[in-house]
Amino acid sequence: MAWLNNSILEDMGYFSDIYQGIKSLLTGMSITGKYFLNFRKGSITQQYPENRETLKMFERFRGEVIMPHDENNEHRCTGCQACEIACPNGSIEIIWDRQLDEESGKKKKMIDKHIYHLGMCTMCGLCIEACPTDAIKWGQNFENSVYDRKYLDRVLNKPGSKLMKGVEE
Amino acid sequence: MEPIVVNNNFKSEEYFINMGPQHPATHGVLRLLLTIDGEIIKKVEPDLGYIHRSIEKMCERDSYQQIVHLTDRMDYLSSNINNEAVCLAVENALQLEVPERVKVVRTIIGELTRIASHTLWWGVTGMDVGAFTTFFYGFRDREMINDIFEETCGARLTMNYNIPGGLMFDIHPNFVKRTKEFVAHFKTKLPEYDALLTNNVIFQHRTKGVGVLTKEDAISFGASGPVGRASGYSCDVRVHHPYSALDKVKFKEAIRTEGDTFARYKVRIQEMWESLSIIEQLIDNIPEGDHKVATNAVIKLPKGEFYQRVETARGELGVYIISTGTKNAHRVKFRSPGFSNLSLLNHISVGSKIGDLVAIMATLDLVIPDIDR
Ligand code: SF4
Ligand code: SF4
Repeated sequence: MAWLNNSILEDMGYFSDIYQGIKSLLTGMSITGKYFLNFRKGSITQQYPENRETLKMFERFRGEVIMPHDENNEHRCTGCQACEIACPNGSIEIIWDRQLDEESGKKKKMIDKHIYHLGMCTMCGLCIEACPTDAIKWGQNFENSVYDRKYLDRVLNKPGSKLMKGVEE
Repeated sequence: MEPIVVNNNFKSEEYFINMGPQHPATHGVLRLLLTIDGEIIKKVEPDLGYIHRSIEKMCERDSYQQIVHLTDRMDYLSSNINNEAVCLAVENALQLEVPERVKVVRTIIGELTRIASHTLWWGVTGMDVGAFTTFFYGFRDREMINDIFEETCGARLTMNYNIPGGLMFDIHPNFVKRTKEFVAHFKTKLPEYDALLTNNVIFQHRTKGVGVLTKEDAISFGASGPVGRASGYSCDVRVHHPYSALDKVKFKEAIRTEGDTFARYKVRIQEMWESLSIIEQLIDNIPEGDHKVATNAVIKLPKGEFYQRVETARGELGVYIISTGTKNAHRVKFRSPGFSNLSLLNHISVGSKIGDLVAIMATLDLVIPDIDR
């Protein structure tokens, strides 16, 4: 009769395995089932292109480097090139020359073009940290796909813009 | 008529197959050259270099502030901890004492990074062994941490938040509130992880006894992180060489002795609990103070050699800087955890099946840019 006892014992192990297996599967399914029934609660999926109007990025979000201009088309960039030196990968190029300053009558270093290559930028933030006059800051725009790479090279200072008064002091 | 003789003496032959570089289970551009006999693995040879960007060479070109953001791109899931490693190395070399606030914030953010990395790992591990649900559940919880990071650092993956001397800017006013919310939320979710995957009978059959690594082998292969600790090798840098505010907190090093795939899995689950406890100990009393100490605009390290190690989500990351006293490093070397952990893949997977290799790869938790650099 020994063979019978053995096989029964083995069978018991076999059945308890099946029982344990089904139990563990049902435990897992009860969790997914709970979420399935409460699908409105705690759903974090965003319907992205539809929610564009309401989608607001965090204020510190690093989308792209921008140079804010005020209503008189004036910016705060003195052309000191600190951002160009801080940038690890040459995404910023400053083209400057000496222009006649009307007030003092002397020739002064002035920015001609602040060129920003968005395609090369790694969003490290070192340029913005380096700028002594807070002339550049982060923009929240993240929809940067374009049809040609050349559109990613931007001139940040607007045409005809001037240095804001009182920045250099 | 001649009888047709059927040759029944099938001789199995070893053959050779590529896994990767675009295989989803390799989690990146890793190419494995498998020598297999039927389904049985005879040899695994990793072929590296598909995402090599010569980060170490670039570190010789860039200033010390600029090096930091390159380390984001090594083990991108532990980017904050990588940043911290470089910053600590530079600060040690300059003998710069950072404010207490910086130390505490760095530790909290490091542990959040570890949880974020482990939740992602948990999701993809489940997916690798055939449970798709875990992927979404893991990403759901990681999303909360990413939001904390996005609000404070501005980025979700490549933070570059640590700078030599402190933090780039102070933590966001919402940081403490959000972190507490996350800790409360995640404490209810971790038991779900166990019920969904850990106790699942199919998962246990796929992982128990698979890819066993002994303690001796773990030490001789230089395994670190959860891979080493699952084999009973106490190698947590946070315990043995505490940095930042880690000497102020109490936590248990997660150690198991089985050394198999399931043990590596359990170690990471345990680590998430420990990270939660570290965050809880620190979050209520972040000291007031500055978020950085001023450094020179051009940082010049004194002449000499400097080494700093930290515990990333994958193991021990070492930063080794040789300086000749100029504004650039003479040589920078990273000891990355993924590289050493990959080296033992052949050792533990010979003799198992291809399906087991996927499970082993999942719990080694390799990040390929960390290996190639
Ligand atoms: S964010 Fe970094 S990479 Fe981009 S322009 Fe500024 S310094 Fe250069
Ligand atoms: S943006 Fe700032 S750092 Fe760059 S040139 Fe202008 S003032 Fe200097």
